[in-house]
Amino acid sequence: MAPLLEVKDLKTYFYTQDGVVRAVDGVSFSVNRGETLGIVGESGSGKSVTSLSIMRLIPSPPGRIVGGEILFDGENLLDLDEDEMRKIRGRRISMIFQDPMTSLNPVLTIGRQMTEPLQLHLNMSASQARKRAIELLSMVGIPSPERRLDDYPHQFSGGMRQRVMIAMAISCNPELLIADEPTTALDVTIQAQILELINRLKNELDTAVIIITHDLGVVAGMADKVQVMYAGRVVEEAPTDELYHNPRMPYTIGLLDSIPRLDEHRGARLTPIRGLPPDLIDLPPICPFSPRCDFVQESCLNVVPPLRRVGPNHRAACLFEVTREQHQQAAAKAAAEGVETIDIAKKVTAAQEPAILRSR
Amino acid sequence: MISFLIRRLLWVIPVLFTVAIVTFFLMHRAPGGPWDREKPIARQTQAQLNARFGLNKPLWFNPDAAEAAAARGENIFQQGRAFLDSQFFNYIIGAAQGNLGPSYRQVGREVEEIIMEKFPASAKLGLVAVIFSVVVGIPLGILGALKQNTVFDYLSLFVATIGVSIPSFVIAILAILFMSRMFGVPPIRRPNEWEGLGTAYILPGIVLGLGTMAFITRLTRASMLEVKRQDYIRTAQAKGLSTRAVIMRHMLRNSLIPVVTILGPAVAALVTGSFIIESIFGVPGVGEEFVISITRRDYSMIMGTTLFYALLVALGNLTVDLSYGFLDPRIRTRH
Amino acid sequence: MSTAEAARPFDRESVALLQRPPRSLWSDAWRRLKRNKMAIAGLVYIIFLAIVAIAAPVLAPHNPIRGNVREAGAYRQAAWLEDPNPKKSGTWEYPLGTDSVGRDIFSRLIYGTRVSLVVGFIPMIITTIIGTFVGLAAGFLGGTMDNVLMRFTDVVYAFPDLLFFIIMMTSLRETWIGNLWNGFLLLFVSLSIVTWVGVARLVRGQVLSLKEKEFVEAARAIGVRPWKIVTRHILPNTLGPIIVLGAFAVPRAIIAEAILSYLGIGVKPTTNPNAPFPTSWGDMILQGKVSMDSQPWMLIAPSIAIALITLAFTFLGDGLRDALDPREQI
Repeated sequence: MAPLLEVKDLKTYFYTQDGVVRAVDGVSFSVNRGETLGIVGESGSGKSVTSLSIMRLIPSPPGRIVGGEILFDGENLLDLDEDEMRKIRGRRISMIFQDPMTSLNPVLTIGRQMTEPLQLHLNMSASQARKRAIELLSMVGIPSPERRLDDYPHQFSGGMRQRVMIAMAISCNPELLIADEPTTALDVTIQAQILELINRLKNELDTAVIIITHDLGVVAGMADKVQVMYAGRVVEEAPTDELYHNPRMPYTIGLLDSIPRLDEHRGARLTPIRGLPPDLIDLPPICPFSPRCDFVQESCLNVVPPLRRVGPNHRAACLFEVTREQHQQAAAKAAAEGVETIDIAKKVTAAQEPAILRSR
Repeated sequence: MISFLIRRLLWVIPVLFTVAIVTFFLMHRAPGGPWDREKPIARQTQAQLNARFGLNKPLWFNPDAAEAAAARGENIFQQGRAFLDSQFFNYIIGAAQGNLGPSYRQVGREVEEIIMEKFPASAKLGLVAVIFSVVVGIPLGILGALKQNTVFDYLSLFVATIGVSIPSFVIAILAILFMSRMFGVPPIRRPNEWEGLGTAYILPGIVLGLGTMAFITRLTRASMLEVKRQDYIRTAQAKGLSTRAVIMRHMLRNSLIPVVTILGPAVAALVTGSFIIESIFGVPGVGEEFVISITRRDYSMIMGTTLFYALLVALGNLTVDLSYGFLDPRIRTRH
Repeated sequence: MSTAEAARPFDRESVALLQRPPRSLWSDAWRRLKRNKMAIAGLVYIIFLAIVAIAAPVLAPHNPIRGNVREAGAYRQAAWLEDPNPKKSGTWEYPLGTDSVGRDIFSRLIYGTRVSLVVGFIPMIITTIIGTFVGLAAGFLGGTMDNVLMRFTDVVYAFPDLLFFIIMMTSLRETWIGNLWNGFLLLFVSLSIVTWVGVARLVRGQVLSLKEKEFVEAARAIGVRPWKIVTRHILPNTLGPIIVLGAFAVPRAIIAEAILSYLGIGVKPTTNPNAPFPTSWGDMILQGKVSMDSQPWMLIAPSIAIALITLAFTFLGDGLRDALDPREQI
């Protein structure tokens, strides 16, 4: 069966005053029906831009999708006109955003905002839509939904607002749900509840989900497969278990080693990744991770390493056969030699992802 | 919300009172008395006039009268009233009842009478200005923001910048010169001649409203652009709403909130800007009268008109504060 | 990055070049300002006017006060205008003509620059300094100081600026304070009383929000003295908005002066031929209005002068705001 969503060689660039930011530069992946894909990366790695590209909501100018295909149910979304695209947004693909505090319109009631897609896409009458909105709110666990429908967003807590956002996103039974850092802005205890809610709804409605996060822990519990993004490119992809047990790209290894673990003995050192992601303007044709990599070799500075097969369903963008054990030894050695880590404060990059998204 | 309303309403009183104190104090620093004429009025007549208008009383407080009242065995309220039997408090008490005292120059006329006679013309002018500034300013700002970085945008920005920076009285002068050359209207102040053109209030009103219009345009544009990049607009787009629905339902109300907040000061600017425009165009309103009273040093007129203007401004701000609460539910439920 | 550099495999310095060199806030702001053509045009024009104001005695072809009454007898038209009366026809000796007592309009226009710039800048500088201090104190110390400031601003905001100026100027004009420096002092005081409040309120708001920021809390946590926190951490962060406000305060003061002079209650006219501030543009408009019909240039020239200077400051202010505070766009 053809995958529900197939992204091929997607390129989304931002044309800023300082130069062209290649926020997404040749990304390919696919999601099957009912499957959950996790996209992991630091801020600025291009994961949010990827999801906004699928929705065709890239702020333009300065952003533009300059190449590739986004096949949704066999149809290239990039060929659709704005009207056709609108029939897909909210109906067949819907999205949950990072910050529930700012993602709801402060001057409209929750009810008004929830009934909007129902009336638009499912041609419901106002009263039908209202009834359905109440159902949806109770589905996502909002107590006494009839009463809350006429409240304004500021009368809800952060976690409750995210529940409202989720209710809104699933209201038209979409085939694909994109959750862009749905828990980042929330308290830890609420995070687990929201993830659990998304998981439950996904199973009930058989929706495919793309969950975008910088937190490998979030992905571990939810995703069927994971892709790691770095500097606008996919650098590793694998089924979730495989990725956790046998990471092959030094960046992924670094990410996993920087997670504190409860089962390790106390006093074990966390290994942070040195430095910051590169500036995406005028990136030279080298391995973008090389400045931060403990295994950097001369050849790393000659080409952009392509994604290559390193196992069944497992691809990584590294020229070498690096394993987690080797990496840990090398990191320990580097630490012992006292290799200078790059001063973070001095290297704040001008082109970070949030700044780009705000500059529209 | 109700208590907020009441507090807001009550706050107008001390503000106006302070304005009155400042004005009264300054006006009594000014040289020259109310009865200075080209032909001096006899000392005796002056004394009679002073007695008649209570100008022989102390300026601020009258402890002597209070003592006298106490000596007469009057109660504490009567004593208090006697203590306040001064020029200032009598003026305030009169003003609270709508009595602003006699004009020092237009003999035999009361200030409030003159203001009321002249106010309709000013009100018409102000109305034209407000309507013009809102009806043109808001759409122009919206257009500029929606068509950002296009010819429309640059045009609206250009008009707005010109309007904001060039003072209205300069524009008024240039407009009059232009009109007089174009239509051969003598540019001397004669309102009936403007009347004939059907532009009696249109041209001065537009000139008066130009600055406010430009300010509203700039603010609306900036506010629309700000709202446009809010997360909730992306949410609305992600729902599949049409551009029109996103603009009308999600952007407009949010972006008008800051515009409404400045309408108060904007109306104040209109009110106070009006006297220059009125005097240049010869509109027979309160403003023109005010300018004349400045040149004639008619202190009671100046004082009365100032209080009147301050009241208008306070009421304008109040109205705006109230409408603000209706636009923004966050305000409505907080108070 | 060149391949020669890149070829050294373990040189971490060379690979660190993937980062962009950092830029300071101020150099960044200056870079943005330079890119704004209108703002730079405004700045250049203001500098030009400052030079004109300083060099007025050299630049003005005639004395702005001493009219050539005998020759003129009456007014003279602008240089390019013919008049049936040859004595009234324009000559390039008086580029914009003369007024009814034979004073050269062009020279008066040049000298008028002085009043506008002085009235624009001096109260702005005074009020910015006072307002910043009061705002810092109110925001940082809070309490009574803060309350008094807020109540005072409420009253000032309710009292329309122009009305206040008019009351001040009419009532105190003939007193000793009104006579100091030809009335300049009174004008400065009136303008300052109103404007410092805006600065104080802005700074107070900034301080209140900055006080909650992590870097201030961090500074406090490691025991930095309050005064140091204010000067090192808070003041530099409020400087941008203060500069922007200052840039917009200048044209407002210029306009206020012009209106007051137009009403005849501005800076006092002088008959001293050596006076440094012989006339202002508002005063020229007042005088030009009388002969609007016969000599529109007397009116148009100062009007355009005022329009241009306020326009220049608005462009500069807009540019500064965009450069220093890119998120605010009003």
